[in-house]
Amino acid sequence: MFDIERWQEIFDTIRKNKLRTFLTGLSVASGIFILVILLGFGQGMRNGIEHEFKQDATTSVWAWPETTSKAYKGLNPGRRIQFKNEDYETAGRMFKEDIEYESPRVFVNNVTINYGNEALVYGIQGISSEFQFIEGVSTIEGRFVNYKDEISLGKVAVIGKKIKQDVFKEVETPIGEAIEISGIRFTIIGVFNEQNEREEERIYIPITTAQRVFNGNDKLNTLTYTLPPVENFDQAVAQAVTFKENLRKYLKEEHVVAPEDDSGVRVWSAMEEAKRYYGITNNMKIFFWFVGVCTIIAGVVGVSNIMLIVVKERTREIGIRKALGAKPWSIVGMILHESVFVTAISGFSGLIFSMLLLEIVGPHVQIDYVVNPSVNFNVAFTTVMVLVVAGAIAGLVPALRAARVQVIESLRDE
Amino acid sequence: MIEIKDLHKSYKMGSNSLHVLKGINFKAEAGELVAIMGSSGSGKSTLLNILGMLDVADSGAYTLDGVPIKDLSETKAAQYRNKFLGFVFQSFNLINYKSALENVALPLYYQKVGRKERQEKALSYLDKVGLKEWATHLPSELSGGQKQRVAIARAMAAEPKVLLADEPTGALDSTTSYEVMDLIQKINDEGNTILVVTHEEDIAHMCKRIVHLKDGVIVEDKKIEQVRAEQYV
Repeated sequence: MFDIERWQEIFDTIRKNKLRTFLTGLSVASGIFILVILLGFGQGMRNGIEHEFKQDATTSVWAWPETTSKAYKGLNPGRRIQFKNEDYETAGRMFKEDIEYESPRVFVNNVTINYGNEALVYGIQGISSEFQFIEGVSTIEGRFVNYKDEISLGKVAVIGKKIKQDVFKEVETPIGEAIEISGIRFTIIGVFNEQNEREEERIYIPITTAQRVFNGNDKLNTLTYTLPPVENFDQAVAQAVTFKENLRKYLKEEHVVAPEDDSGVRVWSAMEEAKRYYGITNNMKIFFWFVGVCTIIAGVVGVSNIMLIVVKERTREIGIRKALGAKPWSIVGMILHESVFVTAISGFSGLIFSMLLLEIVGPHVQIDYVVNPSVNFNVAFTTVMVLVVAGAIAGLVPALRAARVQVIESLRDE
Repeated sequence: MIEIKDLHKSYKMGSNSLHVLKGINFKAEAGELVAIMGSSGSGKSTLLNILGMLDVADSGAYTLDGVPIKDLSETKAAQYRNKFLGFVFQSFNLINYKSALENVALPLYYQKVGRKERQEKALSYLDKVGLKEWATHLPSELSGGQKQRVAIARAMAAEPKVLLADEPTGALDSTTSYEVMDLIQKINDEGNTILVVTHEEDIAHMCKRIVHLKDGVIVEDKKIEQVRAEQYV
């Protein structure tokens, strides 16, 4: 390997065939280039999807009622299910151990909203204090609804950033301003922002106030939860699935929904959804590897082909070497060495070029679902290993053929 | 030095088998200069290949410097070739992208001689054949006679027991041929054993012994009065 003589011989042959070696190297370099770029984009898509999912806490679980589709225990299908405070409280007691945060939610419908003389059209949701962690909102001004607001039936509201931008352009801060909801004054106590802009057009008020003032009863629209964080992704998914099933089972029993009826009670977990997307990105990653590796194989076949020609051209020389006492393995080593050298050098240049490109262009990429395409050290390392192996494979057949060169035939005068 | 007994060799040509060597018995002492003559198809090249361990006989015994040459692996054969034999070919067979010096040094490389020593030794052998000034030249810059002299220097560099020359003058004009034969005679004078395959009478008579091959058997084996090539140079 560190035999100067052999290195010199390799450089000699390469120098003699610059163009041929360059073109061969180019095919390997572009193979590696394509592989790394593809893998970089695979990572970018993963990053992108992670980014999209950050808007809701990744362990959140949401339950809402719908209409039944099956007759059960003498009840007709098509029955509308309605969640009540009691469901929320019982579930909270039942799953106390499993839950990190919990909040009920009620949609406040059929109300008018006014700010001064201006009529506003925004959705109002009654929630409790922990909802901010479940929805993944952060207050950028003032504060969120707290427990005290809930028990005191506070007439307070938290508005989205978009509302602040659209409505409260004139004032320095919307905090302390009052809006009227169906004629009742609510004081704005905070502004929140969200990853998803659409969800910034919301007004949150305490759940208790919402129920007491607008709905006049204990109806709920949604039960929301988050589960405690777990290190392992698979574990987190398993936890989410178990909790989801248990919650659904309880809610179905409580509301007399047939166990096999999927439409009476809906439960959705972000984790499962995330898993689905991760699955897609994983498949995509496999696909990218597949395409990349195929490209490299094409490059390797190219190198192999060229090396075969090299061996054919050098048959006479190999014959001379053998006559002078070269052992078969020294011939194999010579050809393999050259092949590994050519693939390694060209592969490295492909690798470096593609990584530079990702490094420079990557952070500026702004496409939906693609964020900062990049490759990590592991991928680069794997690619290098692939390269060396590829070089060895490319040289193997030609090298073995070279070792089989018959001295007499190779030296026969044409 | 060389001893072969009842050597047989046949080649398969489709369904027929061609019997090339039909029981060769031959012995050469150290320091001999033997010409092997014969028309084409007489089996002289086959004999040389077997002597050079480039080919294997079907039956018979071959002893080289007391070592029986039998059932050699490729690696072992390569080792023996390197240690025992020097080859000179009709078409020189120099490696065209290597300088004269590098060509001469190549067998030493396969003997695992250190780089510096290799160069020195190669240069001294080039000097011996009178081509010291041409050391850095590529074969393409040398004349035919010079090429053959480089090839002889290369064959001698490994300090072999036996030098095998296959039509060493076949590609050269008569003057150059005599120069090469003069060199071969001088190497022989130093006590080296040399086998020369040739079909030219005058070249054969510059050896000390002529072995005639015909149809795979030795028909004549005689010692002769050596004609010195020097007088023609």
